[in-house]
Amino acid sequence: MSRERLALGFGLLGIALLGWGSYLGLFVAPPDRYMGDVQRIMYVHVPTAWLALVVFTLAFIYAVLFLVHRSWRWDALHEASLEIGVLFTGLLCIQGALWGKPTWGVYWAWDPRLTTVAVMLLSFTGILSLRHFLDDPLRRASWSAATTILASANVPVVYYSVRWWNSLHQLQSTPKTVNSSMVEPLRINAFGLLFLTIALIMARSWIAESRRRKAMAPPLAKESS
Amino acid sequence: MMALLHKEMLLTWRGRARVIGALTFAAATLLMFSFSAGADGRLLQRLAPGFLWLAILLASTLTLQASFDAETEDGALDGLILHSSPAAIFYAKALTNWLFLAALGLVLLPLIAALFDASLGRLDRLFAVLIAGTAGLAAPGTLYAALAGRSRAAGLLLPLLYFPLVVPALIAAVKASELGFFGDPMDQWSGWIKLLLAFCLIFWSLCGALSSAILEDG
Repeated sequence: MSRERLALGFGLLGIALLGWGSYLGLFVAPPDRYMGDVQRIMYVHVPTAWLALVVFTLAFIYAVLFLVHRSWRWDALHEASLEIGVLFTGLLCIQGALWGKPTWGVYWAWDPRLTTVAVMLLSFTGILSLRHFLDDPLRRASWSAATTILASANVPVVYYSVRWWNSLHQLQSTPKTVNSSMVEPLRINAFGLLFLTIALIMARSWIAESRRRKAMAPPLAKESS
Repeated sequence: MMALLHKEMLLTWRGRARVIGALTFAAATLLMFSFSAGADGRLLQRLAPGFLWLAILLASTLTLQASFDAETEDGALDGLILHSSPAAIFYAKALTNWLFLAALGLVLLPLIAALFDASLGRLDRLFAVLIAGTAGLAAPGTLYAALAGRSRAAGLLLPLLYFPLVVPALIAAVKASELGFFGDPMDQWSGWIKLLLAFCLIFWSLCGALSSAILEDG
C-alpha cells in the first residue's frame, strides 16, 4: 500500500471513530450528576489534552533525532509535530474556557495545569515563528531543534513552579472513578484523534519535505511554466 | 576561555553608554508600572518585588540582544569558532550578561525601596535572589540572543522565545524577593531559592550543551 493511501486510511478511520465516540458521548452517555450536559465536552477535551502532550513529546524526540542523525526526514517530522501540537493546544485552551465558564464561573484560572499549557502554547508558537524567520534550511532545522529541546525541558519545571505558586483544576479522573458508559466514548474519541493525528503528521511532514526541496532547488523558468 | 571573558567584559566596559541606556530604560519601566497600577501606595508597595523583576526582564531583552552584535556585524563569529569551542564562547557571553544584569538589579534595588516605600528587610536575602535570579535569565537569554540576532526578526523573536522559557525563574525570583522585602513568617524562602538554583543548573548546562547546534550551523 502506498503511504498516501495509508495516511488517508488512518485519517478516515480517525474521523469515523471520532464521529462514533462523539455520538456516544453526546446522546448515549448519561449527563454528569453535578455538571449536567456541560460535562460532555470532556469527551473531546481529555483526548485533545492527551494527544497534545503526545505530539509535543514526539516533537522533542524528533528534535533530538535531528541533532544526532542530521537527516532532513526528522526535521520535516519535527515541523509537522510542532504545528499540530500548537493546533491541539490552542483547541485545548478554547475547549477548557468553554467548560470553565459554566462550571468554575470563569474562563480562565491560574491553575498549574492551565498555566503550564499556556506557557507550552507560547513556547512552541514562538518556535514556529522562529522557523518562519529563518531562510537557511540548515539553520532553521538545527536552531529550532535546540529551542524545542529547551522548551520541552522547561515544561515540568513550569508545572512544578506554578503548582507551588497557586492551585482549582479537578484531579485527574481514572477509569476507576468514572462510570463505564462514560469511559467508552472517551476511549473511542482518544483512538479516533490518535489516528487522525498520525494522518496529519504524515501529510504535514510531506509538505515540509517538498517545500524544502523546492527551496534548495527552485524549479527552472521553463519547468514552472 | 579567560581571553574570551576578558574580551566580553572589555566590550561591555567600552559600551558604557549602552549600560546607562539600559538603566534609564529600567527606571522608565518602573514609572510606567506605577502609573498603570494607580496611586494607591499600599498596593504599589505590595507590587514592588514584581516590578523589580519585570524591569530587569524588560531591560535584559535590550542588553542581551546587543551581546552578539559585535560578532554578527562582520561575520567575526566564524573566525572565533575556529579557535575556541562554541560552549566557551557561549559561557563567556552568558557570564558577562549575568554580571551585567546582577549589577542592574543592585542599582534598581534602592530605587525600588525609595519609590515604593518597600523596606529592604533582609538585604542578604535580596542580594542572593538578585544573583540567582539574574543567572536564571542570563543563560537562556544569551542563547536566544545568539539565534534571534541572526534571524530576520531579532527584536521580535528574542522576547517571544525567552519570556515563556524563564517563567519558572521569574515566579521563583519574585516570590523569594517578596519574602526578602516583607519578611518570611512561613519560612518558604529557601524553597524558592532551591527552585531557582535548580532552574539555573538545568539551563546553564543545557544551553551550553546546545550552543554548538546554534553557533556552528549556518
